[in-house]
Amino acid sequence: MYGNDFSAPGGGSDEAPGGLLGEVEAAEAELRAAAARGRRGGPAPDEDLAAYFAEVVDAEQKIEPRDWMPDAYRRTLIRQIAQHAHSEIIGMQPEGNWISRAPSLKRKAILLAKVQDEAGHGLYLYAAAETLGISRDELVQLLLDGRQKYSSIFNYPTLSWADVGAIGWLVDGAAIVNQVPLCRCSYGPYARAMIRVCKEESFHQRQGYEILHTLAHGTPAQQAMAQDAVDRWWYPSLAMFGPPDGNSTHSAQSMAWKIKRFSNDDLRQRFVDMCVQQAEVLGLRIPDDDLRWNDERQAHDYTQPDYDELLRVISGDGPCNRERIAHRRAAHSDGAWVREAAAAYAAKRAGQKETVAA
Amino acid sequence: MNGPFDFALALADDALIAAQRLAEWTTRAPEMEEDIALANIALDQLGAARLLLSYAGEVEGAGRDEDALAYLRDDREFRNALLVELPNGDFAVTMAKLFFLAAYQLPLYTALAGCADQRLAAIGAKARKESAYHLDHGALWVKRLGDGTEESHRRMQAAVDQVWPYTHELFAADPAAPVDPATLRPAFDEVVGPVLAEATLTRPDSGWAPGGGRAGVHTEHLAYLLAEMQVLHRAHPGAQW
Repeated sequence: MYGNDFSAPGGGSDEAPGGLLGEVEAAEAELRAAAARGRRGGPAPDEDLAAYFAEVVDAEQKIEPRDWMPDAYRRTLIRQIAQHAHSEIIGMQPEGNWISRAPSLKRKAILLAKVQDEAGHGLYLYAAAETLGISRDELVQLLLDGRQKYSSIFNYPTLSWADVGAIGWLVDGAAIVNQVPLCRCSYGPYARAMIRVCKEESFHQRQGYEILHTLAHGTPAQQAMAQDAVDRWWYPSLAMFGPPDGNSTHSAQSMAWKIKRFSNDDLRQRFVDMCVQQAEVLGLRIPDDDLRWNDERQAHDYTQPDYDELLRVISGDGPCNRERIAHRRAAHSDGAWVREAAAAYAAKRAGQKETVAA
Repeated sequence: MNGPFDFALALADDALIAAQRLAEWTTRAPEMEEDIALANIALDQLGAARLLLSYAGEVEGAGRDEDALAYLRDDREFRNALLVELPNGDFAVTMAKLFFLAAYQLPLYTALAGCADQRLAAIGAKARKESAYHLDHGALWVKRLGDGTEESHRRMQAAVDQVWPYTHELFAADPAAPVDPATLRPAFDEVVGPVLAEATLTRPDSGWAPGGGRAGVHTEHLAYLLAEMQVLHRAHPGAQW
């Protein structure tokens, strides 16, 4: 129980913004209901496996690790879950950058607990990926070799304490909007992992919002710090939803498989609409002169992020890509002798037990 | 040391500086599970530090809260033992520091739980359960590294040799304190001896016993640690966070 010792800021609801936590709970209830309904006992001996797979997905039942699944479905899931896990692990760095300098002991405790949560998310996402027949070690190697990606947002630097707040509010907020539909993903282990992750993320988002709220109502220097952070993180956060629908390579198939439920642009719109009202409560300005309510669409018009910049960052040329990977590689190689020692020690113990047993 | 303020402050500073050092491992640990474990221990230490600092501030009665004590004192006013401020070094040095600190804090908090000061007793009762876990964790790694590979044995022995002299300061006699640290030495030795033996490590017999932390005379390392820890808080005097 770390970090529950602060009150909810003005606006005051305990609920994650936009009723998203309610959707997580609905997804959880759906999952239980699907389990209770039970699936047909598996394909008949001569039944077409692909047809059975499609039937399970269409019936909103979950595909489980023992089930037959199309190779492309398996590959897509491995890629997506691994990238998600990598993002949690790399994502520890920008916020971890401020643990040592957190401006109060309470904030230090909350931030440390938050970054620790992210390590936990990484671990259970790797575990979910492992159910698809690949090991965590292999996946970590793919990350270190630059053959699998992580979310581009973590290639931006955290330059002030307010960035910790902006990451919580905007980056975790965008992540929740992205991830809530994944709680209903057709692959059971991923859906279940996402329910757990989303619940914790909603707490993270609240604490980021609370940091910004405190700064925005603080001294002029603190207010400026908060606005500067929002100015820098707004567009990269919009870019987290990926390229516009027309250019998204993986979307259509993932929607058919019910891995994905909404398009990139739909989710981005949902995020913008959610942030506008929150920014007002915070007293911070979203850096978009063209942001306005569109009565016809019943949604906000807004300026798109710079997708060329997104592509540059994805391809490795963001401000911190090199540092983030170098940091992870260094931790991995510096720890090699420790992991070897633990393995050697365990082998000796196992050997001793056998000797005793014999 | 004299009085409950100095005593609480010494314990608080041990915990706070230990937390600050352990948190430096975040994103750098040898395994992801260890990243989580070290953050856990850092959070425990930070939690104990906050309780002790708040209590010290109340006892002092000068209106200083946990943050005023953590962020607005200079190194000469810190009362932690030198052991906790030593740089992390490699993982073996960190585990030597953790193991020795926990082997001291566990009997300390256990004794504190039974002391006459009710606030200190409550803090001791909470913290000793956490210390028991820290001790388990540190002891396990000392054994793994000591009795692991040739390289890990060499590193772990070097770490013990480096950190051991700093353990003596933890047990400097203070008969007037709620718990006299000198009385904790037998419990410490009883735990440390067998673990080092099982880890195939030897206890150095150097007579060097650096000290001074309890009087505010530290190593060169503490001022750098504080400079980083305090920089943002001090840049905005009076601000709320």
